[in-house]
Amino acid sequence: MTVGVLALQGAFQAHIDKLNELGAEAVEVKRPEHLEGVDALVMPGGESTTMSMLLESSELFDPIAERIDDGMAVFGTCAGLILLATDIEDGRPDQRSFGRLDIAVQRNGYGRQVESFETDIATTVTDESVHAVFIRAPKIVRLGSDVEVLAEARGDAVLVRSGNALGAGFHPELSKSTAIHRLFLDSVYN
Amino acid sequence: MNEQSTSTGTPLVKRGLAEMLKGGVIMDVVNPEQAKIAEDAGAVAVMALERVPADIRVDGGVARMSDPEMIEGIQEICTIPVMAKARIGHFVEAQILESLGVDYVDESEVLTPADETHHIDKWAFKVPFVCGATNLGEALRRISEGACMIRSKGEAGTGDVVQAVRHLRTITGDIKKLTQADAPELFEWAKQLQAPLPLVQEIAQTGQLPVPLFCAGGLATPADAALAMQLGADAVFVGSGIFKSADPAPRARAIVEATTNYNDPAILAKVSRGLGAPMTGIGMDELGDLKFEDRGW
Repeated sequence: MTVGVLALQGAFQAHIDKLNELGAEAVEVKRPEHLEGVDALVMPGGESTTMSMLLESSELFDPIAERIDDGMAVFGTCAGLILLATDIEDGRPDQRSFGRLDIAVQRNGYGRQVESFETDIATTVTDESVHAVFIRAPKIVRLGSDVEVLAEARGDAVLVRSGNALGAGFHPELSKSTAIHRLFLDSVYN
Repeated sequence: MNEQSTSTGTPLVKRGLAEMLKGGVIMDVVNPEQAKIAEDAGAVAVMALERVPADIRVDGGVARMSDPEMIEGIQEICTIPVMAKARIGHFVEAQILESLGVDYVDESEVLTPADETHHIDKWAFKVPFVCGATNLGEALRRISEGACMIRSKGEAGTGDVVQAVRHLRTITGDIKKLTQADAPELFEWAKQLQAPLPLVQEIAQTGQLPVPLFCAGGLATPADAALAMQLGADAVFVGSGIFKSADPAPRARAIVEATTNYNDPAILAKVSRGLGAPMTGIGMDELGDLKFEDRGW
């Protein structure tokens, strides 16, 4: 079982380290051929506008969309959550997303970097408290009816799931908690 | 759901943004039009300043923090992070930049230093700081003062990558040596580097800086960016190299592509084609006495 981590830009190495820590094999995905042999895909934090552009120029966008259609499990954090959302508020007109989570996200919805924060959150999937780091994080401002909310912070949904897509507005790869990555890996193994 | 208190401005939150910028290009811009071009080209952040280093070099005089009005003009048009520079030791310029809500402050040797002995106490701020370094000791002193990102100084405004390469190699080379040193040697290293022993010991264990290491100073081409990445940089700053070139937009885009695909010569060849003239630049050997890299202590 191999988990691909989209490695066009952003905090992909932190995800690879976290997946390795949990015993999963993780590989960088930069070009379409890297998708072969990958059973699941993580989309990391970074700048969503940059990643959107590089998804086009690397010719990765369509192959990834096809794999998600075929049922590949996908997990997006922060910018990765934006890439999975159906609606992006304050996005760029040419910004593309995979639209697999029926949500609207507001980019930098909690403000600029000086407003970035960390906090402990409770989730519906584990008894342990999860330490969550929000960096210029997107805010989920609309939830579709088939979207399951797994955690909230400050009254907003911050961890959501729909079908084979899991999305977090925060960065589980930056804290010591492993619960969210274990949740994703469980969905891949089963 | 049971919820605990939230914290802002913590080391994890401040270093977190540097993590998000990895693998990206941060571009110097002097007005909203350039900021738009940079964002369109895929920059992960922009550095808002009144003059790019090449012009500061030509104009001479005292270089200071940019006008807040100019910084706000760029913040309004950009959806990506906006950075700005404060003079070395000028903590009031940094306070002003923090109050403007800039996303990163660069305590920069490109501006004229305000203090010949002290750098800013960066722990006192919620906004994260990046600082330049020419060697590992300088990097560790800046980290001990609270910097959340280190960049090579290079020699800004020259278009000559040689100093950036020298600084990167010096920093990564000394890190490699630390990992081979035994305990008594680490005491000696801390003395030689003029750096705190606990940081030296930590790096000997981990084999890397505790904050991301970016490359800056003299990068002008896609190949320069890829060189920095192959030498171990986590991301690159391109200052004068973009908007002092003949055709900035395609060059900016090509440098973004090169930074992602730094290990793929075929892609590097493809994106390097037909970009027009790079900035003319000044070779290090024709530079004279004004070396920005000598600023900082």
